[in-house]
Amino acid sequence: MLWMGGVYLGSLATLLLNSFFYLDGFTGLVVRRFTLSTYQQLFTPSNMDIVFRTAGMALAVTLATIILAFPLSYYMSRYASKRQKGLLYLAVLLPLWSSYLVRVYAWKLILAKEGILSWFISHAGAQGLLDALLSNPVIGGSSLSLSPIGIFVVFTYVWLPYMILPIHAALERVPRSLLEASSDLGAKPLQTAWNVILPLSFPGVVAGSIFTFSLTLGDFIVPSVLGNSSFFIGQVVLSHQGTSGNIPLAAAFTMIPIVIMIVYLLIARKLGAFEAL
Amino acid sequence: MAYAGIPAVELRSVSRAFGDVRAVDGVNLSILDGEFFTMLGPSGSGKTTCLRMIAGFERPDAGMILLHGQDVSALPPYERSVNTVFQDYALFPHMTVGDNIAYGLMIKKVPVAERQRRVAEMLELVRLQGLERRKPSQLSGGQRQRVALARAIINNPRVLLLDEPLGALDLKLRQQMQLELKAIQQRVGITFVYVTHDQEEALTMSDRLAVFNLGKVEQVGTPAEVYEHPATPFVASFVGISNLVSGEVAQALTGSPAAFSIRPEKIHLAALEACAELDEIAVDGVVRDVIYLGLYTRYLVALDIGVDLVVAQQNLHTSSMDVMAVRGQRVRLIWKREHNQELSASD
Repeated sequence: MLWMGGVYLGSLATLLLNSFFYLDGFTGLVVRRFTLSTYQQLFTPSNMDIVFRTAGMALAVTLATIILAFPLSYYMSRYASKRQKGLLYLAVLLPLWSSYLVRVYAWKLILAKEGILSWFISHAGAQGLLDALLSNPVIGGSSLSLSPIGIFVVFTYVWLPYMILPIHAALERVPRSLLEASSDLGAKPLQTAWNVILPLSFPGVVAGSIFTFSLTLGDFIVPSVLGNSSFFIGQVVLSHQGTSGNIPLAAAFTMIPIVIMIVYLLIARKLGAFEAL
Repeated sequence: MAYAGIPAVELRSVSRAFGDVRAVDGVNLSILDGEFFTMLGPSGSGKTTCLRMIAGFERPDAGMILLHGQDVSALPPYERSVNTVFQDYALFPHMTVGDNIAYGLMIKKVPVAERQRRVAEMLELVRLQGLERRKPSQLSGGQRQRVALARAIINNPRVLLLDEPLGALDLKLRQQMQLELKAIQQRVGITFVYVTHDQEEALTMSDRLAVFNLGKVEQVGTPAEVYEHPATPFVASFVGISNLVSGEVAQALTGSPAAFSIRPEKIHLAALEACAELDEIAVDGVVRDVIYLGLYTRYLVALDIGVDLVVAQQNLHTSSMDVMAVRGQRVRLIWKREHNQELSASD
């Protein structure tokens, strides 16, 4: 345990250290001297675009998974019979058994211009709506599989189990008697949901959002398989340390998700998300 | 106490099954307005299920539940003018004591100022002033109990349901809370429907009680009626300690084989030469065991005609040394025939 901690924290420290070095543009070698010039480079508009794009995507994916996961987890923990619950568990977990790459490429086919989803949409008579969405300069693209919408859909799909499981666990831990007490005191089901269920499952939502948010921030496969040419943090980190050998800039980019997650966790703690753990 | 008018709670041949288990089986009950009514019975006797059906957490399979004459069988809990004190208190862990108590008023959108005033009143009633800002996890068991009570009473329910509210407390605190609950009930004048498996608690607190067994009501009456005149063998054995006598032994004692019960404290432990009056029964036996209990002593006497009887005698003039010396001696038991309580067999 101590060893693992040492290795992990050591790597993080090295990363931090590297981000304060810089790449000599002439020789292409890393200069091991303390400087802030790498960070200066990071905060240029084109790089900040990448940061905001990634963070925005992570936020959107997190919100979407919460909205999708909550009703399902609620159904699983309150209404499903033992058998149904087992089947639903299986349905949630089964995709995790197959390779993530396979699923991403499968989605590329589903979302492609001649793919099944486009076919379905055009036959359902919603072609106009799809075209309108795709012509949006921010989220659109030439087809679903080549647009931020496609990335969003696939991210939401692949990270959904990581949101369902913690929310489900939190809901399971809410005693039935609390819901009865709320109802007994005059609260209608929606009032009970708002005043009792939501606050008590908040730790689960936070735990799930930590997964979905950080997984989205660090992923480089989905945006490179799908998406258009606009980069995400994961992709830049990969290209900077692989292709261009600019390890300091890659390290600096990596610091962004780490800082975002630290701030996020601090806010979550302030909101009392960890009190029930 | 006004016993007239429409009952506060009425159950008309109510049944409820869970799978194959008939938890409540054709129960009829009529609970009067302003009364402290106890549903007493062992676990699994259906008393809690009855309470939950009055609250609305369970629906009856058959029969009808009326609150003040209105059929509420199909109404959800939030549309019934009853409130519940739960066995595990069910306080909201993410809210302060004050917010817990104010929950019902908050749901009803009562203005904040009035809410605060009434919460303060309630805190005073249950003697928890100054703990308003604590979280439930920072309270002791007895304090949580009071919060649960205040949270229910603040809504001015016409009927308050209490599901073994003192079950989790230690003996001393339980006895203190029994008196306090009774005092609060008399002060606020709400009908209390109280569920317990503790017969002593039922006898001390209730105006009337119903004894439950296997989903049915065996007897309804005042504590004195139920204790002095148990209607069935089950009631006789469950409420207090009773000697049940039947068959040949009953024949030998009374001249009739009909089963009867006799309370230990009604039997007089006498010397062998003592004479019985005409209206008394006398029988000889050997003291097998003596249990000294301070206030009184319990003797187990093996009768010559073949059964053991429990006898209780107050320690008015006897010390522990005296009572222990009786062990192994032959004695004569004498009691008045009128104390024999004939039992109808319960099915």
